[in-house]
Amino acid sequence: MTRVHDMGGRYGDGPVDPAPGEPLFHAPWQRRAMALTLAFGALGRFSIDSSRFTRESLAPRDYSRFSYYEKWIAAVANLALACGLVTREELAGAPVAEAPLDPKALRPAAVEPALRRGSPSLRDGAAPRFAPGDAIRTRLPARNTLVEGGHTRLPAYAAGHTGRILRRHGAHVLPDSNAHRLGEAPEPLYAVAFDAADLWGAAERAGDEVILDLWESYLSPAEATT
Amino acid sequence: MPHDSHDHDHDAHALLPPDPALWVKALETLLSRKGYVDPAAMDAILEFYEEKIGPRIGARVVARAWSDPDYRAALQADPTATLAADGLLGRQGEHVVVVENTPEVHNVVVCTLCSCYPWPLLGIPPSWYKSDAYRARVVREPRKVLAEFGLELPEGQSVRVWDSTAEIRYLVLPMRPSGTEGLGAEALAAWVTRNSMIGTGLPERPA
Repeated sequence: MTRVHDMGGRYGDGPVDPAPGEPLFHAPWQRRAMALTLAFGALGRFSIDSSRFTRESLAPRDYSRFSYYEKWIAAVANLALACGLVTREELAGAPVAEAPLDPKALRPAAVEPALRRGSPSLRDGAAPRFAPGDAIRTRLPARNTLVEGGHTRLPAYAAGHTGRILRRHGAHVLPDSNAHRLGEAPEPLYAVAFDAADLWGAAERAGDEVILDLWESYLSPAEATT
Repeated sequence: MPHDSHDHDHDAHALLPPDPALWVKALETLLSRKGYVDPAAMDAILEFYEEKIGPRIGARVVARAWSDPDYRAALQADPTATLAADGLLGRQGEHVVVVENTPEVHNVVVCTLCSCYPWPLLGIPPSWYKSDAYRARVVREPRKVLAEFGLELPEGQSVRVWDSTAEIRYLVLPMRPSGTEGLGAEALAAWVTRNSMIGTGLPERPA
């Protein structure tokens, strides 16, 4: 079972439109959608992993027809409901009493420091099991082993393939766990290189590679194929 | 194994008005009335990304790497610390790796699962980067996609496509073009296009 967002390698989407000279936003509502998503996220009630999972959990028909910022706004509504911050009645337009600003809400003076600080995902964690050059095999099928149908960052196109460790990134928060409020569960993270010919059956050109950042629990040792 | 407990909350957006402009307005009103969002903070977020952040920041990093071998070496050895020292990290660019184009390898960046992008270095991502067509196709047929940007790679150059599946953000360091010898930092930075730092373009002589 896959979700609609996991589209790497899919056929049929047509040409890419580079749209040179494009404005930052195409409509005033897109500006507010971006700012609302970031301001609401800064409240700290859910992680970026939960936020991504909420967007990719939209029904395939909605995910496909919504523009980028419509997905964001739909996710804000779904997160607000899932976190118990609003009710379905309020979303449907029921009157709402005005409440004082939450002490955790982002204030204007805190915006620039918060955006310049970000939310680093690097953590202290276990020593890495693999070293650059090691051959690994990725989990098959790509799935969350903690929560059925849950969030994972192993794309289906890279599942069950042999690759080689290119670089170690240190231990990072595991989205498969953190998206579902099961803890940060940091694990060693690696850049892993895959031969395009192996991923796709045939490469556009021999020697082309695709590189993904993958957590240690997605990987098992493999015999090198070359 | 627990089931996905949120499955009943995936359609809350259907309760909102059908027009996206009305959705956003309704949600902004609701969340600010309930005290979860300060509209003035939203204005400050927009001011930050519209006035202070954009691809000129990444371009200055590239130009400096072209002209300062020590800086370039530091960007390779520890890019996150090197950029942090100049205050160039931030939201959606907390951890950065700089990948260098060479005559043998051309690098291209994508996020097939969503739209991860190095915001503090390049600003708000362009529509094409977030499009289904780019996300779906560039991992399988990068040369066809690059051709749609007007970029034809030489025969001897292989492609490395970096799929941003974690919180590491990738910045492409393009090759310094001929005709830029002796240029100062600002003049050099003017050659560095946004797309050249994603890998869908090359540096260009400023108009």
